[in-house]
Amino acid sequence: MTEKKAEMEEKIWRKAGLTDSEYELLTKHMGREPNTVELALYAQMWSEHCGYTHTRPLFKHFLTTGTRIVQGPGENAGIVDIDDDEVITFKLESHNHPSAIAPFQGAATGVGGIIRDILAMGAYPIASLNSLHFGHPGERGHTRWLISEVIHGIGEYGNCVGVPTVGGEVRFSDAYKGNPLVNAMCVGYMKKSEIKKAIATGVGNSLMIVGNLTGRDGMGGASFASKDLDEENDEDRGAIQVGDPFMEKLLIEACLEVFDKDYVVGVQDMGAAGILSSSVETASKAGNGVEIDVALVPKREEAMRPEEVMISESQERMLLIVKKGTEDKVNQIFHKWDLHAVVIGQVTDDGMYRVLEDGKTVGEVPVWSLMDAPTYILDAEEPAHLAETMKFKNEDVEVPADLNDTLLKLLASPDICSKTWVYRQYDHRVQMNTVVKPGSDAAIVRIKGRDKAVGITMDSNGRYCYLNPKRGAASIVAESARNQVVSGAEPIAITDGLNFGNPERPDVYYQLEQSIIGLSDACRALNTPVIGGNASLYNQTPEFGSIYPTPIIGMTGLVKSLDHVMTPEFKDAGDFIIMLGETKDELGASEYLDRIHGLVSGDVPELDLELEAKSQQYVLEIIRKGLVKSAHDVGDGGISVALAESCIQGKLGADISLDVDVRDDSLLFGETQTRFMLSVSEDNLDAVIDLAAEKGIEAAVVGRVNDNTRITVNNNNKKLIDISLDACADAFNTAFDKLMKTSN
Amino acid sequence: MKWGVLLFPGSNCADDCFHVIDKVLGQPVTYLWHKDTDLGDVDAIIIPGGFSYGDHLRPGAIAHLSPAMTSVKEFARNGGLVIGICNGFQILTESRMLPGSLLQNQGLKFLCMDQTLKVDNADTPFTSAYESGDVIVCPIAHNEGNYYAAPDTIAEMEANGQILFRYCNPDGEVSNATNPNGSVNSIAGIINKYGNVVGMMPHPERSSDKDLLLSDGKGVFVSMLKHLEAKHTES
Repeated sequence: MTEKKAEMEEKIWRKAGLTDSEYELLTKHMGREPNTVELALYAQMWSEHCGYTHTRPLFKHFLTTGTRIVQGPGENAGIVDIDDDEVITFKLESHNHPSAIAPFQGAATGVGGIIRDILAMGAYPIASLNSLHFGHPGERGHTRWLISEVIHGIGEYGNCVGVPTVGGEVRFSDAYKGNPLVNAMCVGYMKKSEIKKAIATGVGNSLMIVGNLTGRDGMGGASFASKDLDEENDEDRGAIQVGDPFMEKLLIEACLEVFDKDYVVGVQDMGAAGILSSSVETASKAGNGVEIDVALVPKREEAMRPEEVMISESQERMLLIVKKGTEDKVNQIFHKWDLHAVVIGQVTDDGMYRVLEDGKTVGEVPVWSLMDAPTYILDAEEPAHLAETMKFKNEDVEVPADLNDTLLKLLASPDICSKTWVYRQYDHRVQMNTVVKPGSDAAIVRIKGRDKAVGITMDSNGRYCYLNPKRGAASIVAESARNQVVSGAEPIAITDGLNFGNPERPDVYYQLEQSIIGLSDACRALNTPVIGGNASLYNQTPEFGSIYPTPIIGMTGLVKSLDHVMTPEFKDAGDFIIMLGETKDELGASEYLDRIHGLVSGDVPELDLELEAKSQQYVLEIIRKGLVKSAHDVGDGGISVALAESCIQGKLGADISLDVDVRDDSLLFGETQTRFMLSVSEDNLDAVIDLAAEKGIEAAVVGRVNDNTRITVNNNNKKLIDISLDACADAFNTAFDKLMKTSN
Repeated sequence: MKWGVLLFPGSNCADDCFHVIDKVLGQPVTYLWHKDTDLGDVDAIIIPGGFSYGDHLRPGAIAHLSPAMTSVKEFARNGGLVIGICNGFQILTESRMLPGSLLQNQGLKFLCMDQTLKVDNADTPFTSAYESGDVIVCPIAHNEGNYYAAPDTIAEMEANGQILFRYCNPDGEVSNATNPNGSVNSIAGIINKYGNVVGMMPHPERSSDKDLLLSDGKGVFVSMLKHLEAKHTES
């Protein structure tokens, strides 16, 4: 009998997602066995999603401070200084598992959730971006349904809530076929004096819930996100939340109106693990306790159990900690927007987290213990595939006979081609701040009424990190910063989205650890601290295995004057084209190898972070001096693709001649790092070249922009590319529409 | 001249319109609240774009029943200038202040892009800053912008010069190929037969600020201001 009882209890905590040792630990913390409510509290707070149980020990590698850093990790979002007593706050968040099962709602609520994080800082959300990864779009059926629905969901939510979706990236590989990635980023603006914190100070102050009603939607979403996606948890459909962007829009307006007054001492978005997580975090920061009566929470369903109310992830809700006596005034403002604001509990002085139902205590645990999720340092082991892929030599593949055709194929590759099909479904102009719209190296969003703007980027390269997690991750930070710099922005800081497989697998843990080290190295070298982020682990399915290790970098930069705004397209025929940086014989990990030769192999191109920092400073300097007419990062697809993109977007041709001793395909399509393509007018040519020499940057005048609508590339007097602008434009502009329409 | 921007829950473009009147035109402007029937002393009303009431039921279907709209109708009957942009246009057709209705885009997708428009009739209080035949760039951003009205109504509107803007290509050519949403006769903006109420799907406010490298749409507000000032001088 005792044995059977023990077995049943064991099932209870295991079913809740806790291990035997975790259960033992929590009973030690409590000094007794938990009841079902208390068990639910621990299960949620100690999940990877809330407690960062596997990733927290690795965060020590991050640089988190800097001269512009106002708020590092630990709040709803980080904050950076953009001069004039103004700040921006930004963060990204994953919504991978919900989007895999219910792509429309999964993606929509991802957008809504990250906007509320920004709102909780006291800021007005001024821009959204997203980084999406799917299987190949040419594949009809499930993959294409996911793509359409995710993009539709992002559009519906973002458009209705009135925050412009200004950019991001969409990438494709079979590695994401079973488990797409949907990471949403939001940027908010405020004055320094308007910053809010997620803190429950002042014993006796009231906890108020504002916004939506609480239902059973999104039950246990945090723990759902902390295990593999498989058939069994396809039943976790109840863990998918439903979004209401109209409610969110009202919430934004009402919250900002309340924040203007002196009523609110703390704010927290209700995201993963809902009321529970938001209130525990605010209490923990203040060193206080809280008590919450679930009977007071406005609900949309009947007979909800206390733990269901506590962990529901119903959307569009916020927690406000308001000064005692101001509750009615807060409610009046919400009422104006046809919303409610309801007192559900108080800040207490006993450090306990107490759940009541109609005044009767139904659960009581120390606040600190909920925040003290155990962490795991797991075994790391180099993935077996690296031994094979590192053996790759350029000689393993032949240079294609028709290089023009190869260029066209790369321009039509889903990673490279124009994503207008995607961006035109997003309102990217609402709020009237979008200076550079999606499709450029970085989105540029102005600060209204000021002569300055913010550069915003989201970048990743799963293939790079699969083939060399450390250098791959460093390369993404470097590329993000390059994208900022060529747009006229000084990189400030990053938010990171760590999307990985199951960390309990030693090869996956190795990828996680090495990627974090790589991106930390790059952040130090480029002075872009990490001010917050998100971890999404367990991205794997039984059928398709683990995703590529995919750290996603969201970066912001400061454009100090609107005169500095720079774009990649060529502006005038006759301008000179300058290549910065050395071109090496590097084909490994390239888009070219993947798309043309079907090989995901080789090592990631070398990366000299010192040279990278120096080159970026130089490029920013010449842009700020007004010496440059266009600037473009040389990235996926190499020189030929960068050249074609500048031509297509500028509707001009170009002729360039290089003098580099590398294979033809390395020259055209290799992805050697730290390279830029500029165009400058004849008047400024000497100044640009002289300054490069002075700074020790390799700069070569390689050709000129023409108006005869042809693109030619020569190397060592040999013609490699000679192609019409129209053919390139057609390949680049129509590829995605075609991919989404093909009937295979 | 005082301008009013009508604010519904979900009016995402209200601040943008306010910004253009305030900062670009330098004119006094105030928000009008949907629950109020008192419009104050405004000389022109902008019904901005967005998703009033979350587009629940149908775009504009709930907003047109709000208390403020009763007063807007009265204001228009007395000759006041009213312009509805995007969702504002949808609200004006729902309230029958303008003929026709706005269906879902032919492509069944939301469309946000910088669109070229041909000015069809420059002889109105909303378009006098242009010449007929001018081609201007004005962003669109809508899911329900496919203008439809019965053939007789369209014929009458065409005859009366009630079509103000049509979607076109950069050379000013109007054809099915340049029609982004399937609107009848590529109609992008119309005026009522009394010449004081306009609805348009494109966003002139979004191309009114030179810092955003688009300023063709400013002519709409400049035209309105000119008209109001002339009327003011007369009286």
